[in-house]
Amino acid sequence: MAAPTKAQFRHPTDDPAWAKAVVIGLVLAFLGLVLILPLAAVFAEALRKGLAPAIEAISTPDAWAAIKLTLITAGIAVPFNAVFGLCAAWAIAKHEFPGKPLLITLIDLPFSVSPVVAGLIYVLVFGLQGWFGDRLVDHDVKIIFAVPGIVLATIFVTFPFIARELIPLMQEQGVSEEEAAVSMGASGLYTFWRVTAPNVRWGLLYGVLLCNARAMGEFGAVSVVSGHIRGLTNTMPLHVEILYNEYDFVAAFAVAALLCLLAIVTLVLKSLLEIAQPDVKRGGGH
Amino acid sequence: MLDDHPMTAETISARPRPSSANRGPRRPLFRRRSAIPGFGLTLGVTLTILSLIVLIPLSAVAIKASALSPGEFVAAAFSERALAAYRLTFGAAFVAAVINGVFGVLTTWALVRYEFPGKAVVNALVDLPFALPTAVAGIALATLYAPNGWVGQYLTPLGIKAAYNPIGVTIALIFIGLPFVVRTLEPVMRDLSADVEEAAASLGADRVATIARIILPALGPAWLTGFALAFARGVGEYGSVIFIAGNMPYKSEIAPLLIIIQLEQFEYANAAAIALVMLGVSFLMLLVINAIQAWSRRFV
Repeated sequence: MAAPTKAQFRHPTDDPAWAKAVVIGLVLAFLGLVLILPLAAVFAEALRKGLAPAIEAISTPDAWAAIKLTLITAGIAVPFNAVFGLCAAWAIAKHEFPGKPLLITLIDLPFSVSPVVAGLIYVLVFGLQGWFGDRLVDHDVKIIFAVPGIVLATIFVTFPFIARELIPLMQEQGVSEEEAAVSMGASGLYTFWRVTAPNVRWGLLYGVLLCNARAMGEFGAVSVVSGHIRGLTNTMPLHVEILYNEYDFVAAFAVAALLCLLAIVTLVLKSLLEIAQPDVKRGGGH
Repeated sequence: MLDDHPMTAETISARPRPSSANRGPRRPLFRRRSAIPGFGLTLGVTLTILSLIVLIPLSAVAIKASALSPGEFVAAAFSERALAAYRLTFGAAFVAAVINGVFGVLTTWALVRYEFPGKAVVNALVDLPFALPTAVAGIALATLYAPNGWVGQYLTPLGIKAAYNPIGVTIALIFIGLPFVVRTLEPVMRDLSADVEEAAASLGADRVATIARIILPALGPAWLTGFALAFARGVGEYGSVIFIAGNMPYKSEIAPLLIIIQLEQFEYANAAAIALVMLGVSFLMLLVINAIQAWSRRFV
């Protein structure tokens, strides 16, 4: 008989070593196939003909216009949703009123709406055949197939991100600190800046991070309202689609690689934030 | 069972009010004015923005679709082509959610219970589908699983075609749905107390019995929630799917694509009719998810 191995003395709630190996092996194989290979494929395809063509592809005027529009869109949508999230969280977490669960559900609603439907609703409201179509034409205001439509659709799909980070966080922190500040004569705004804001800043940053990734990467909703005008209403994901459909694969994957870098930076910052501030992680899917 | 736990403000407010409360003096709608200012302003801003950005535009779908006569609505929303698209969309989303349900449990188990090299990286990577633009995922998956792709070339000799058909749609939805299952299960699995497992083991249950009869049932509600979230997201998904789907009418055309096709033909009311069906399913899923969570709270 062989000497008893460590495995025979394992803790009763621990799994045998072979089971661990099988589970970890299966998980790594699955994640490799589903997550890591696609990521690797983007960079491999982008660099298929070397670094120079890839860099050339992301420095064309159309690519630059797409990058700029993506930054502008996220630059409007993210602060907008941050202000909304702070307002909603202040009202919901610091006060009592009837219908609160319904309001929270309604704020979460955009998560369950297909991005294509998100784009469609703005076409129905602001499009030529839409509610305000005629009036917008009269005043020469273009929303659909123009930048405002892209921004609106992006705001819709990223609407709940920051609010749903802040609401549970501010609910958990309760109202005693704010009440103390107010009872000592602090104004509402002062209380917010000096008491609430420092308590929720990491949660806010966490929400901003996720919101920004989705805002820069949104495809379905933006695709419906954009009109795909090169150099004018093309965001980076839409530019990727156009290049891909033109069989310009190196260029398509080069722009895609830029978006992959954005995703990787987002994940690294998110992980760092979770390690430094374990409270920010609320769990649950987005 | 609930009474063993300290009452928090949340559990109290979540409980239905006893009916006797109706007989007593009416409680004011706003029980207690909070000392914290800004309620009117912030709630006003919240409701205004919510209405302008989300609720009023969403109502446009129902209003536009109601311009159709019932016959026209059925012809648009339930045509043969639309029915084929729903079958594909819901079928692929269901299969993908089941596969994610299985591998999601294994992934979460490995992340919560085991130590292995590269665990931090794996943990961060699970969220990749949240952070990676869907169009990028779409072209990457299409390239990988195409007949001459890195993975596809090994499947072709086996007679498996993994891209440009419903299998391709399912692959894209597996990618999209995975983090929903893992991130919903993770906090619940982390909070499972070791005592119950130790008790089971000390009473002679082997590890398999402990997992099957103690751990998995405790994960049930979270698993269902994650499954429903992944399914709901998959039903609406567009960006990652269209590149790998093939988009053949009646065969590999998803419902969101059908909306876009109707829009491109300026058939706005038809597009709204299909969108209304999809919105109906979304609301149903939202109700199901809320019901599962309300139900699971009774067992915590």
